[in-house]
Amino acid sequence: MSAKPKDTTDIVAGLSMMAAAAFFGWHTAGLEIGTSLRMGPGYFPMVLSGLLFVLGLIILLRSFGREDDEPFGKVAWRGLLFILPAPIFFGLTVRGLGFVPALFFTTLIASQASMRMRPLAALILAVAVTILSTLIFSYGLGLPFRRFGPWLGM
Amino acid sequence: MELFSNLALGFSVASSLENLAFCLIGVLLGTLIGVLPGIGATATIAMLLPITFQLEPVSSLIMLAGIYYGAQYGGSTTAILINMPGESSSAVTAIDGYQMARKGKAGTALALAALGSFFAGSVSTFLVALFAPPLTAVALKFGAAEYFSLMVLGLVMSVALAHGSVLKALAMVVLGLLLGMVGTDIYTGAPRFTLGITQFADGLNFVAVAVGVFGIAEILRNLEDEHDRQVMTKNINRLFPTREELRQMIGPVLRGTGIGSILGILPGGGAILASFASYTIEKKVSRHPEEFGKGALAGVAGPESANNAGAQTSFIPLLTLGIPANPVMALMIGAMIIQGIVPGPNVVSEQPALFWGIVASMWIGNLMLVVLNLPLIGLWVKLLSVPYYVLFPIIMAMCSIGVYSVNSNSYDLFAVAFFGLLGYVMSKLRCEPAPLLLGFVLGPLLEENLRRAMILSRGDPTTFLTRPISATLLVMSLIVLVLVFMPQIRKRRDEVFTESDA
Repeated sequence: MSAKPKDTTDIVAGLSMMAAAAFFGWHTAGLEIGTSLRMGPGYFPMVLSGLLFVLGLIILLRSFGREDDEPFGKVAWRGLLFILPAPIFFGLTVRGLGFVPALFFTTLIASQASMRMRPLAALILAVAVTILSTLIFSYGLGLPFRRFGPWLGM
Repeated sequence: MELFSNLALGFSVASSLENLAFCLIGVLLGTLIGVLPGIGATATIAMLLPITFQLEPVSSLIMLAGIYYGAQYGGSTTAILINMPGESSSAVTAIDGYQMARKGKAGTALALAALGSFFAGSVSTFLVALFAPPLTAVALKFGAAEYFSLMVLGLVMSVALAHGSVLKALAMVVLGLLLGMVGTDIYTGAPRFTLGITQFADGLNFVAVAVGVFGIAEILRNLEDEHDRQVMTKNINRLFPTREELRQMIGPVLRGTGIGSILGILPGGGAILASFASYTIEKKVSRHPEEFGKGALAGVAGPESANNAGAQTSFIPLLTLGIPANPVMALMIGAMIIQGIVPGPNVVSEQPALFWGIVASMWIGNLMLVVLNLPLIGLWVKLLSVPYYVLFPIIMAMCSIGVYSVNSNSYDLFAVAFFGLLGYVMSKLRCEPAPLLLGFVLGPLLEENLRRAMILSRGDPTTFLTRPISATLLVMSLIVLVLVFMPQIRKRRDEVFTESDA
């Protein structure tokens, strides 16, 4: 434990911003900068990356010698684990499996993010959501989705 | 009077059976989702945006506008009943509204909020009708330099209004601008920051960014700590306020409407500023300032009127200049572009039916809210008792469908997951998402106008200072920036935000 006070949140924030700035800065390197009269595609992003880097640096430097006023708190690991994959799964399968099964599994995956959700309740919820959404979006609004995709041999 | 013939045209468009129906659906859906905790107006519109793609442009925008004030109204309801503001502009309402509810006056507080909002909405809709046309005349004189400076002002305002550290908010704007650069460069066609993924050549989908940063991040935050909410359902008293209470609310409502209408026009989130300003003023002029924070009537009526007035007048910069005053307006721009309408000063002259139809529908939508929602409050309260673990899978399903239906692009869904993670990390690091989203939407416009202005001035950067309108706007931005960094103001600003967090 160090004796000197420091704002851990701001250290992380500052470093992340500098990292993001470095990422954008690195990718600007391949772009034409141009002149201030005829700005190339890299001009404005280069200015912005520089600005973000400086802001991140200031935030980092200011975080030393100051107490963290609000600790990090809990992290929703279970939420991260199940919520984030849900849209990814939908994106990967909506064409292949089709709208109906893709949506069913997406809802099922998302519902696992809560510890309070019981398996049967999750199943009922997923079925209800799928049926209603299919009626509303596919039949009602006529969005051009295939209800069952080629992976199912239909 | 041209104004009246224009308004008549607007009402004839807005009161067609079809448009009335879409306005009603919008208002109801908006309230419904606005009431559901953990999802505010921005995420609501982002999610429901795709539903409107199949409609006529007028109907689609009328419905979206309806969702907007519906969600705002729903946000106040949750602020009062469970002390959980659906969005930042109703944060102030939660302070005294929740205290009123605890005293058993939830019904009164809800009615006050509704009536105040309706009055403010009516007045400010009229103001939009009155001021939008002359402003478009000014807007037509705007060149690239003026547009650039105006957007700078908007971004600076959004920094000033963000919670917490000004530096972090500034960094969020810059990060948003950078994210807005992703895609093909308009002048040279060179791909930028696409990581070689051709699906990102048209840029990141703004619905995906908005849903991720606002919606998904919010869900994750709520999942951190799954506890039962305390809903003030048992003690909803009679709804209609007494004559005495009505008399008490006249002053705050009038002041709130005035403040809200003026501040709403400012780019960068006027409605939020308006409700804070109104609360502060009511506390100052009140003969019983000690009642504030303990269930003061004026503390609900004033800010609610102000934020609704601000919500309406924030359509002025959108409809006249094509510049969004807040993230919701940014989504409206997206909707207009998808419908093939270029937002800006030409909308009034080229599509009068659309323009005036939207204006008229604002008033109709507000009327519907009062007429429908007062009797429906019981239903909304029931909704609040639906457990969160049932709600969020539904929200996730809607988000997935919504985002995918914009372009049928699977990569947009991957972007949702990425921006959900980013939004969650940002909230952990106490960085505000609103400046990021505004920066993201304005980024391409800002760059385009900067480059155009520089070409027009033959590379002379003083063009931004020698043109009077542009110089004024830049000076205003500078003043705002200096103000938020001044220690005295900074302390006051912190106080205001702490009050709303309490």
